[in-house]
Amino acid sequence: MKSLRAFAYPYLVWMVVFIAVPLLMVVYFAFTDENGAFTLDHIANVGQYTNIFVRSIWLAIIATVICLIIAYPLAFLLSRMKKHHQGTMLMIVMLPMWMNFLLRTRAWVTILGNTGVINTILGFFGIDGVKMINTEGAVVLGMVYNYLPYMILPLYSVMVKIDKSVLEAADDLGCSFWGTLFRVVVPLSVPGITSGITMVFVPAISTFIISRMLGGGSNLLIGDLIEMQFLGNAYNPHLGAGISLVLMVIILLIMTIMNQFDPDDQVLI
Amino acid sequence: MKKLGNIYITLVLLFLYVPIFVLIVFSFNESKSTTFTGFTFEWYEKLFRNEIIISSLINTVIIAIAASLISTILGTFAAIGINSMRKVPKAVVMNVTNMPIINPEIVTGVSLMLLFVFFAARMNMEFGFWTLLIAHITFNVPYVILNVMPKLRQMDPNLFEAAQDLGCGPFKAFRKVVLPEIMPGVLSGFLMAFTYSLDDFVISYFTCGATSQTLPITIYSMVRRKVSPEINALSTIIFVVVVIVLVVKNAIENRRYKNAADGKAE
Repeated sequence: MKSLRAFAYPYLVWMVVFIAVPLLMVVYFAFTDENGAFTLDHIANVGQYTNIFVRSIWLAIIATVICLIIAYPLAFLLSRMKKHHQGTMLMIVMLPMWMNFLLRTRAWVTILGNTGVINTILGFFGIDGVKMINTEGAVVLGMVYNYLPYMILPLYSVMVKIDKSVLEAADDLGCSFWGTLFRVVVPLSVPGITSGITMVFVPAISTFIISRMLGGGSNLLIGDLIEMQFLGNAYNPHLGAGISLVLMVIILLIMTIMNQFDPDDQVLI
Repeated sequence: MKKLGNIYITLVLLFLYVPIFVLIVFSFNESKSTTFTGFTFEWYEKLFRNEIIISSLINTVIIAIAASLISTILGTFAAIGINSMRKVPKAVVMNVTNMPIINPEIVTGVSLMLLFVFFAARMNMEFGFWTLLIAHITFNVPYVILNVMPKLRQMDPNLFEAAQDLGCGPFKAFRKVVLPEIMPGVLSGFLMAFTYSLDDFVISYFTCGATSQTLPITIYSMVRRKVSPEINALSTIIFVVVVIVLVVKNAIENRRYKNAADGKAE
């Protein structure tokens, strides 16, 4: 098998140059100033944005919890359908995800806007001007809408492996519906729950599109902050790298915590 | 209970689909506001006459095809090589490979941008097609590797050596023995890479520069404007294409499943 190892060499070069080196550059930029001298200023400056970090983490947590609450029953119902219906249903559930997510988010601008669909309908009943867009609620809604399929898919894929006879056994042995749910289904679906949580939380905490389109200018998230340092008026790649580094550390922490709950040591994707 | 379940599924599906149907309805709306005043194809005509959209669509397809082909070749060979590595180097390589998947897209985008800025300053290189292509290959290869690896693990490791013992050169042994075994993984890796490439916004946003725009980038500059009904028309077209592709894919899979079942019965 030794001769086969050489097959990986081109990729290894690619990996070092385009994955490892760029990430090391983020670390390097975070700890140096414009002249290349070591400094902790940028990391210290991240502290100024604590409120944005707190908001991002908070909104991402809310969105993740809502996704879990919506997706869990749905994934369970899907996994109990007849086999040949499951494929079709799964396709119907995942289909909106194949649309570009900018367009999906844009749809909510049309719906929630001040002269949008909901406000137009409410207008007929004499209620006007309910402010929905440019609120934190709209940002959370956008996150839930965009990332819900990421929660459904891993949950479904573990639940479909739960044998029907296991549930029947619990039932025969006198377990109530809720008993079966919390003592059998939930423990067996833990790997799905943990990977679902990471798959929703990571994009939710780092988004800058959803907050920009649905949150107006007032609900900045970490992603907006990073984007502004690299492509915005506040051009400062050193600070941007510092913020990115802190974001990576937060995500790493969350994933380590999630891994604690996971019975078998699988890589979370 | 069953009825309740069906109601629940219907509600979630409504949540997922109502926004899309709103876009579709308004793509035929005569006025630019959110009250429906009359039926029109005006926005579709405008869309097809919009040269920026057409050229960025072509650009997107070229980059998606090139990036997914290159990353499939690179990734398939990489998976074969990694699979035959010893435990520790294998774990190191796989951890680095997982980075672009685990990391938020924005971090991957920003890190590549830093690298390209560094090169651009020193080698008189500009952001554009090449930076975009490199970025797309970089985030695609890990998905190819992750699709091919399980197939390699299922394969009997002695097959390759047996082929060589029976007189195949390493390349022929690879082509005749290894490749057919892992083909399903290679194909699904390619398709995954292709769709991710078509749809990527965040990483392209940081690596594209001003000259080489992909469709998602153009969409972004359009959706930033308050009212642009062409966007609704574009959404409708994309939705219809996606539905057709998925229905066809589903039908093929169902038929294959059915054929396999019939085959067993005989």
